[in-house]
Amino acid sequence: MKKTILTALIVAGTFVGAQAQKIKGSDTMLPLSQKEAESFMNNDKSKTVIVTGGGSGVGIAALLEGTTDLAQSSRKIKFDEKQKLQEAGKTVKEVIVAYDAISVVVHPLNKVRNLTREQLEGIFTGKIKNWKEVGGDDMKIIPYSRETSSGTYEFFKESVLKQKNYMNGIMSMPATGAIIQSVSQTKGAIGYVGLAYLNNSVKAIHLSYDKGKTYIEPSIANAKNKTYPVVRPLYYYYIDRSEKIVKPYLDFVLSNQGQKIVSEIGFITLK
Amino acid sequence: MKRLKRTAERIVEAALTLSGSITSVAILLIVIFLFKEGFGLFKSPAVENGYALCVNVVNPVEKLNSEQIKNIFDQETTNWKDVGGIDAEIAPFRFDEIFSRYSDEELGKDYRLLPQKLGEIIAADPKIIAFIPIKYIPANNSQIKVLPTKNITSSDFFCGKEWLPTATPAAQFGVLPLIAGTLLVSIFAILMALPLSLGVAIYMSELATERVRQILKPIIELLAGIPSVVFGFFGLAVLVPLIQNSLNLPVGETALAGSIILAIMALPTIITVAEDAMRNTPRSVREASLALGATQWQTIYKVIIPYSSSGISAAVVLGIGRAVGETMAVLMVTGNAAVMPHSLLQSVRTIPATIAAELGEAPAGGTHYKSLFMLGCILFIITMSVSILAEIISKRQKKGIDV
Repeated sequence: MKKTILTALIVAGTFVGAQAQKIKGSDTMLPLSQKEAESFMNNDKSKTVIVTGGGSGVGIAALLEGTTDLAQSSRKIKFDEKQKLQEAGKTVKEVIVAYDAISVVVHPLNKVRNLTREQLEGIFTGKIKNWKEVGGDDMKIIPYSRETSSGTYEFFKESVLKQKNYMNGIMSMPATGAIIQSVSQTKGAIGYVGLAYLNNSVKAIHLSYDKGKTYIEPSIANAKNKTYPVVRPLYYYYIDRSEKIVKPYLDFVLSNQGQKIVSEIGFITLK
Repeated sequence: MKRLKRTAERIVEAALTLSGSITSVAILLIVIFLFKEGFGLFKSPAVENGYALCVNVVNPVEKLNSEQIKNIFDQETTNWKDVGGIDAEIAPFRFDEIFSRYSDEELGKDYRLLPQKLGEIIAADPKIIAFIPIKYIPANNSQIKVLPTKNITSSDFFCGKEWLPTATPAAQFGVLPLIAGTLLVSIFAILMALPLSLGVAIYMSELATERVRQILKPIIELLAGIPSVVFGFFGLAVLVPLIQNSLNLPVGETALAGSIILAIMALPTIITVAEDAMRNTPRSVREASLALGATQWQTIYKVIIPYSSSGISAAVVLGIGRAVGETMAVLMVTGNAAVMPHSLLQSVRTIPATIAAELGEAPAGGTHYKSLFMLGCILFIITMSVSILAEIISKRQKKGIDV
């Protein structure tokens, strides 16, 4: 009896699997894709979308193996990955569906309000060790980073540290929530989180990418008009051959209704 | 009817044997897999797989070790003479920069012109060090010298003090801070948990009245049922700020926080197993001791504790095992900074936390992935030696009693 049920389940699973389209990849984009898929399926009951996380790299690897239709990625596809796909005879297509701004946060009682990119680089690579070097109180700086598996970690390293490595022995937290928690209870702390996660328990730093001429506050408006510098696109990747399968879903995400969900989740819409 | 019963018994017997052997085979296979993947690390190149470092042919530098490479690309080392070259500034060149210098069209279809362009760039600058894919090294270009790449050695791995597994071009896999962090947190956790839990075990098995015991026992077992991530969250939200404020530290995420959380988590295991062992002391032995005029306290520490020592050491081993292998709670409260710990009030990174945090994004089969398996091997060896040690101790103590 048990066996029959199991077989039935497996058969049903493969049947559904053949009909469904699969999305895999970035954990940052997971809530977005889930919400989009939910609404998409509500609009058209005949469609099934299965969303799984695992990390941007995992999604693109799945694209190569053919185990997913869409790869969600919080970073641009790497040259190596593109090469591998090409060697396998697959041409990859890219769609930007939303933007995400990264804001630098400190303890609410910290006097420092503005920092330049160069100062941030110094702080996160361990060259600047005290807040008084950047205009604050005489207090040790404690930088918090994300774990190496995070797309945010890679993006911050690329955009702010200009590909230099983080200081040896930086505090690294497993999740964005943990960074907020730690920064809010540690006076000398500094960390980075997605704009959607900002709240009153931490203070967002105004950033300057032009050596201190203008300092821009991280906000959705500033990210949209491109004055805030640390903004990254969020991508969907697919193989051109499977365009037909993924087109309806992608169209939905780019539609007004889909973009409304983008801003509900806390990301920045395309327009 | 009888035959049917016998057949049924035989079938059950066969099933039991089978399940026993399947379990052993599975465990063996897991261990073999772990070590096979782990030791693959020492066959991986120290520079990222599929890439090579090239310099201009006039550059006298012949080889660089992985630490030097890392420092050059981090711009910590900025002069060639620091690594045995001429007195000139180093110009590091990452492969991706080529795409900001040339458009895809200029590089030709399928990047046919890419090697040639790279060749031009390297040939033009005698101070350059370029990090490029082996595939695109320009062929037949006498202006270019490819630096030889070595494999990761076991001394890099076991004696290195820097853990930067995603650093490009040369990732650093120094495992020493991770081992030190794991041992520090676990040892202090056990030092805290042991006296407390043995005290509770003695109280519950020997001194407490039946009613107290019936209230205490379920409470302690409840503690074992709390998921570790909940302990972690409790630690991060309550314990970490408490430590930070009471000791006036810059950061609260310390080895101490990890030790305390682990000690709390190891308590129920040690208490339950040790208490069961003590209660298993035969009534005759207790009564004999009391009949000889020993007080209750003398009976406890001269008779009951020695008698149940093998059970107690089993409890300790289970506790240590839990502490060494515990992942989630430690990941959340120790801050995970991969530095050599000098005190309990410093942030540390443990082996299980490293594996859990990094395996998700490590490309399957890559160097980073293999290094995480190697960490698993180290963890396995640590826990196995602890249990072997405990086995030896309990055997020796048993012998003492028989005499």
